[in-house]
Parts: sequence; structure tokens; C-alpha cells
Amino acid sequence: MSDLPHLLSLITFTPLIGALLLILFKAFARADDKAVVERNAPAVALVTSLFTFVLSVLALIEFNPADPAFQLVEDVNWFAGFHYRMGVDGISILLVLLTTFLMPLCFIASMGSIKSRITEYMIAFLVLETLMIGVFCALDIMMFYVFFEAGLIPMYLIIGVWGGDNRVYASFKFFLYTLLGSVLMLVAVITMINVAGTSNMIELLSFDFAPGLQTWLWLAFFASFAVKLPMWPFHTWLPDAHVQAPTAGSVVLAGVLLKMGGYGFIRFSLPMFPLASQYFAPVVFALSVIAIIYTSLVAFRQTDMKKLIAYSSVAHMGFVTMGLFAMNLAGLQGAMFQMLSHGLISGALFLIVGVIYDRMHTREIAAYGGLVHRMPVYAAIFLLFTMANVGLPATSGFIGEILTLVGVFRVNTWVAFGATTGIIFSAIYALNLYREVMYGEMQNTKLAKITDVTRKELITFAPLVLGTLILGVLPTLVTDITGPAIEALIERIDAGLALAASGGVDIG
Amino acid sequence: MADLVSNITAMAPEAFLVATALVLLLVGAFGGRRMAGPVNLAIVVALILAAVLTLRGIPNGSLEMFGGALVLDHLSTFGKFSALIASALSLWLAHGYLKTEDRLSAEFGILVLFASLGMLIMVSANDLLSLYIGVEMQSLALYVLAASNRDSLRSSESGLKYFVLGALSSGLLLYGASLIYGFSGHLRFEGIAAAATGSGSIGLIVGIVFLLCGLAFKISAVPFHMWTPDVYEGAPTPVTTFFSTAPKIAAIILIARVLFGPFHHLVSDWQQVVIALSVLSMCIGYLGAIMQTNIKRLMADSSIANMGYALIAMASGTAQGLSGLLFYMGLYLITTLGIFACILAMRRSEGMVEQIDDLAGMSRSKPGLALALTALLFSVAGIPPLAGFFGKYFVFMAAVDANLTWLAILGAVASVVGAFVYLRLIKIIWFDEPAESFVPASFAQISLAGISALLMLPGAIWLLPALAKWTQIAAAAMFVHG
Repeated sequence: MSDLPHLLSLITFTPLIGALLLILFKAFARADDKAVVERNAPAVALVTSLFTFVLSVLALIEFNPADPAFQLVEDVNWFAGFHYRMGVDGISILLVLLTTFLMPLCFIASMGSIKSRITEYMIAFLVLETLMIGVFCALDIMMFYVFFEAGLIPMYLIIGVWGGDNRVYASFKFFLYTLLGSVLMLVAVITMINVAGTSNMIELLSFDFAPGLQTWLWLAFFASFAVKLPMWPFHTWLPDAHVQAPTAGSVVLAGVLLKMGGYGFIRFSLPMFPLASQYFAPVVFALSVIAIIYTSLVAFRQTDMKKLIAYSSVAHMGFVTMGLFAMNLAGLQGAMFQMLSHGLISGALFLIVGVIYDRMHTREIAAYGGLVHRMPVYAAIFLLFTMANVGLPATSGFIGEILTLVGVFRVNTWVAFGATTGIIFSAIYALNLYREVMYGEMQNTKLAKITDVTRKELITFAPLVLGTLILGVLPTLVTDITGPAIEALIERIDAGLALAASGGVDIG
Repeated sequence: MADLVSNITAMAPEAFLVATALVLLLVGAFGGRRMAGPVNLAIVVALILAAVLTLRGIPNGSLEMFGGALVLDHLSTFGKFSALIASALSLWLAHGYLKTEDRLSAEFGILVLFASLGMLIMVSANDLLSLYIGVEMQSLALYVLAASNRDSLRSSESGLKYFVLGALSSGLLLYGASLIYGFSGHLRFEGIAAAATGSGSIGLIVGIVFLLCGLAFKISAVPFHMWTPDVYEGAPTPVTTFFSTAPKIAAIILIARVLFGPFHHLVSDWQQVVIALSVLSMCIGYLGAIMQTNIKRLMADSSIANMGYALIAMASGTAQGLSGLLFYMGLYLITTLGIFACILAMRRSEGMVEQIDDLAGMSRSKPGLALALTALLFSVAGIPPLAGFFGKYFVFMAAVDANLTWLAILGAVASVVGAFVYLRLIKIIWFDEPAESFVPASFAQISLAGISALLMLPGAIWLLPALAKWTQIAAAAMFVHG
């Protein structure tokens, strides 16, 4: 049916090919050509990522949204039961698209703002792109794990080499914190393969694990995804990593890497361990509400802009977990929508901070004020994304929040009540940030010469502005694609719960 | 007479090496310093030839030689091949090192050759006497090698330390062997296996514990690891390379042969001892490595921890565990050789440096070597997609399969501590400002580091299936008794 065979592999490994090309250029360039390589590396990376984006749009065209099964499947046997297995369904294809959509923007944003070791920087990002796409395309649980964990390597180097003053601390914390969660998941994965006798995710999705075992497996997966997402109280690595990472690193971190945690919950925890998910749902709800309220309050007190947005990310991920564990159509649709929308909005917000950071080299809120006088276009873009972050109707942020709230309201009104209060707090910190930075008198004399957004920066923001508005007005663009897959997921959860109920087995 | 001939044909690699050793010993003695270089290189070639010879004519099942003292099967072949290749490559690295240091001597290669011969006997030992002969033949050569730089105080000290503690371990080993002989009435492994059924007598179990303690010295498992950092640091770097590769695989295969052979009925008895060694090695190895500033000491602690992981697979007591163990050791060998090739390249105009801070900014001064070292370090840390991750995977799989999930979890958590150790090196290589650059690396160093890094990725795509297949066959050799 497909015109292009191995389309998913092509999407996944195109960035890697770009990275290899850059490595070869760098290794074999003559000494006087080194500068040329450095100058042209961003263009190579940009073209590669645009090509990847085009390929992923092709995949979306090939994709049949009405079919809840995995599509574009590839399967090659490796050894010892390992398979190279790729495939996407309504849940994962949009996350692939989000990744390939954000990466070109990252490369444009990096041009000019990264001054040293440009080629290596581009290589690291291209490798990271391959690994991120691989996570969402993998249909073999070992392959998923390999991609999931391998992403740590380029991100560690990105934070550590091109990060801020405290980059070593942040990169170690990021790596070790995430690794500790992941190795527990590894043991769980091994146990699953051992019990079920297969690492094929399609088969695992219909395998019924014993209730007692589900609890342990769920906890091990939770250790990994809760850190990755991150959920309160496992979020402490995130502000450090965000603050120290270069702008594009923050965009990828908030835009895509955090989504791996949410994707993990929806792909593994919910359908494979339905009983344990139901059992632990109250815990997740409690953590989500705390995340939404507490981190919103924490965000309000931040003096560093990036840190503020990082905490706001934790709060928004609270909506995702809340919606996921409502385990109904509205909740799950909302969670998926919130993940995609947050990818655009938080990515844009980090780029917004990047714009003034490149000019003034500080992220302190106190150093700014009255920017609206000199940067009107910037002010408009900033306002749009502030409002989207708060969840103003007609932006994508609204749809995600309202759907998750509707979903969770049907399950637990108190949780919905708590989360709604959190939205008010989010308005407080977001609007306060906007007021402090944009309005008032221009106190800092250094700001007198600040210039408005350049054409390059406008090109970066335009797709994000369009995306946020279009999704805000036409949410069915997303929900029609995710719908059938999520309905199948709910059926699977219900079947798992029904089986346990008929067997009369007690959990724990 | 025909029996002797067939025995010697079956032992063609050993016979070939003995002949080479005798000839080259004479060449070395008469040729003096002039012949030292050629003799060493000839031994490298001989070791590789012998490794190729081992692959020839492997019987289906097993073939016993010299009245059952030695056995030839897929397990011993695997052990011989990997030990010989590791010896050859370490000697190749050593040759370049000794040449630059102007300390070439024919004895160096000859000693490596004799140590390798000892290893060949170790991996094919089939009774308590050949076990002891193999271990001693290897160890005596290693003691001298540790002290081979006799003008250096550190080297002499490390040789003496190694010798004294090694003698102690030989004592333990002999005592254990004598108890086993006394309580089972047999020297040959089949005989002991027939006697050691059921719950096993208390004397036999004490014997096993002593034997294990003696052998644990050789793989430097905690609590018998004290000598390792000192000897690794004191010995000349290529000797350290040799110590951390070939003897390790020979000793661990010997342990597997003893535990899975004569004592396969007593799994529940020796399992707890192996688990204790494994847990202690992983934890203390990595915790010790955190504070090391000398890269050779760090590698010593890292190898202690790696032995802990290999012992997890051993503790499972299953065929899957044994193949996981061999798989892990195979990858360990490749990675360690690569890392030491990089360490040997840490040379400035004034001589070798071995502090980890000397690696500062290597990613800019020596990008190719830095990339290879980074890949190898991530691999030994067990981070996917590098090959080392799959080694850990099979080890944990064996543990989970044998209902030792807690041990797998502990190993997984310890690997996070290990990741810190290796990340610290990677941080120095990539994040720190460049220090003074190293002198250009030699061909041997570059090719070994490069090839082993490429085998971690993308070579793993072909290496892993081949290694898995071979280790499975090798492990099956120990489980013919069912």
C-alpha cells in the first residue's frame, strides 16, 4: 500500500545519516577547510531535519486514522528474540510529527547563538532527533528501551558542553536521575520478556500479567516515566537541566523529551497493567494535583525566566498524568492533546526567553522591564504564548486543559476542583512574568538599545504561532487521529479489568 | 603411543606454543637486546596462530585427554580463543610501549607466552591437579611481569605484593582442593560430581568455599580484591592491560568449570557464596572507583565491579546464566582492551601520564581517540545502544530467570553508581578546558581503540548475534549431563 517502503526507518535514521555526514566532513576536512565546515554545519542540519519533517508528513498522509492498529509496520529479526520492529498508531504518529516539526525550529534558533564547536552541536542534535523518533516508533519493548535510554547520551553532552555556568552539575543530575529510574524499568522489561516470552509490544499489549506482578511492574515503569515526565516530587532535575541547557536544548527537553514519559504511561502502564493502573490512580491524581498547584506557586516566586517556565512545565504535565489516569475518552484525548500543545507552547516560550537572552545575556526577570516600548512584535508573540500557557480559549492550551478536566471530573470531582484552582495560579505567574518583563518603565539603561525580533526569529515563531492557533480552533485535527487508537486502548483497559473481576483476583 | 599422538594433536595450540616458547627462549638468550623486538613480535604472531588453531577440529561433545586431566570442548575452545587473542593484543600494545620506553626484552614476551599456556590449561582443566598446575603456571609468570620494570620502586612493590597475596590464595586453593579430594575420594571432576550429590557433606562444602576463595583472588572479587588497585597502578601499563583481560577470562571460566561441573548438584550451596562475592564486588568496586584520581586504579576498581556482574550470571546456576557470563566477559574483554589502548596513548613529551585530569579537553586535542574512548566508557557503563548494555541485559535476564530478581535490581542500581564513575571521565574529556596535548598515538593504539569502539557501535549489530551464538554453544558444553 505504501509507495515508500521502510518509511518509518527512513524518518528515524535520516537525521543520523545527516550526523554521519557531518562527522565525515569534520574528520576529513583539511585544516583550512575547518572553518567552512563549521559555517555550513547548521545548514546541513537544517536541511536534514526539514527533509525528515517532509518524510513524516508523508507518513501522516499514508496513515489511516480510522484504523486503531499499528501501521507502517516493519519487522526484521536480529538475535536472541530481539527484533527490529517499527510501527505507529494514532497515539505515536503525532508525537513523531511533533518531534520532526520542532527540530528544524531548533536548528534555526541555534544559528548565531551557538558560537563554539558548532559542528559537534549539530551532530548531537541530529543524533538526539533519531533517538527521539525511535522511541515513538519502536514496537519492540527492548528497542523502545534502547532508544529511550540512549537519548541521555546526546542530551548529557548538549547540557554539559554548551550549557550555562553550572552545567556540569545539571548534566550529571539529569543523567543519573533519569538513569536510576530507567534501570528499574529495565529489570521490569526483562521480567516481562521472561514471563510473556516475547518482546513484541503488539503481543505484550494483549498479554494479561498476573495481578500481583502488575503492581511491581507498574511501579518500576512509574519510576522511569515519573522521573522523565516529570511528576512532583521527582521533578527536581528539570529546573536545573532547563536553566543550564542552551535554548534549543530546552526546547527539545520540554517539547519532546518530557513527552516520552507521558507516551510511556499511555503505551505501557495503562494497557499492559490496567489493574495496577486503576489501583494506583488515586496516588497519581494526588501527585498531579500537588504538581499543578504547588509548582505553579513555586513558579510564581522564580527570578529566573527559564526556571519559571520549567516549573510551569511540571504543572502542565500534571494535567497530562491526571487526564491519563482518568482512563476515559475525554481524559486520554485531553492528555494527548495537552502533550502536543505543550510541546508547541513551552518550546515557543523557551525560544522567547532565548531571544532576549541572546541580546542581554541574562535571564533574570529583574533585569528587564518595559520591553514593549522597543519590541512591539516580540511583545505580541510573547503575549500570545503567555495566554496559550494560561489556557485561553482559541489557543491549543485551552483544549488540553478543558478535556483533561472534563475527563477527571467524571472520576473525581475533588481532583478536578484542585486542578482548576491550579489554572488560576498559572494565570497569576504567567501574567506576572509578562508584566514584569514587558510593561512598566524601562529601568535598566542597557535595554535602551535592544532591538525587536529579527527575520530569522520571526521564521522560528511563525509555525509555532500558527500551530497553537490552528489546534486551538480546530482540535479535531488531532482528536480524529488519536480517537480510534484511544478508544481501542480504553477497550483494552476495560477488558483487562473485567478479566480480573471475573477471576475474582485481589490485587497486591 | 597412538594415544599420546592423538592427545597431542588435540592439543595442537598448546604444543605449538610450547615449541615456540622453547625456540624463542634460545633466540632471546643468544640474540640479546638486538633480538628482543623481533622475539616479542614473533610471539604476538604465534599467539594469534595458536588462537586460530583452537578453532580447528572441535569435537562434538567433549574429548578427554591425558587420562581425563584435560578436556577439549566448546567451552575450553571459547576460553582459549579469547585468552589467546587478548594476550596477543596486550603484547602488541606492550611492544610499542617498551620500545618507546627503551626497555625491550625478549623475556617479556616469553613470560606472556608462558602465562597464556597456563591459561590454556586452566580453561580445559578437568581434575584438581591440572587446575592447580594451570593456575600456578599462569600466576608465576604474572608475578614476574608485574615486577618487570625492576628499576621502578612501584613496579617491584606491586610484583612483591602480588606474589605474597597470590601465594596466600594458592594456599587457600590447595587446602580447598585437598578437602574436596579427602571427602569425595576423587581428583577428577566426573568422580567428584558422582560423589557430590544430594546435600553434600560439610567437609566438601568447606572445600568448595576454600577453593572459591582461592579462585576469587584471581578474578579479584571482593573481599579478595585488596591487591588489585595497587598492582594495577604499580605494574607497567601494558602489563595492567594484560592482567585485566586474559587472566580474568581464564579464571572465570575455570570457576564456571568447577561450579557447573563437579558441583552442579550443589547449586544451592555455592550459590550463596557467589551471590555474596557478586554483591560485594559490584558495590565496593564502584564505590571505590568514585574517589580514584589515577586512571589505572580507577580501571582496577571498575574491573572488580565488572567481575561482580559476571558473578550475577554465575550465581543463576543455569545454562542461560553461563552463556550470559561468557557473553559479558567477551564484551568486557573487547572494551577493556580498547580503553587500555587509549590509556597507553596518554603520553606527553616528558613521559606517560595517568591522572584522570590529564584527559582534560581531549575531545578537542584528540577528537578521534576521545570519541572512541567515550563510546567505550558508555559501553562499559551499560548505556544503550552500545554493546555493553546487552552484556548487562543477558546477565540480568539470567538472574530474573533464576528467581534472583532482587540481585538484578541491585545490579541495576549499582550500575547507576558505575555510570557516575564513567561520566566523570567523559566530563573531563568533553567539558573541561584542554590541557597539554598528548604525543601522537601509535598505530597499535589507534587501531585497537578504533576497532573496539566500532565493535560497540555499529559493529554490535553483527558482533552480538555471533557472540551470543558462540557463548550458547560453549555454555551447552557444561550441561550435557542434563
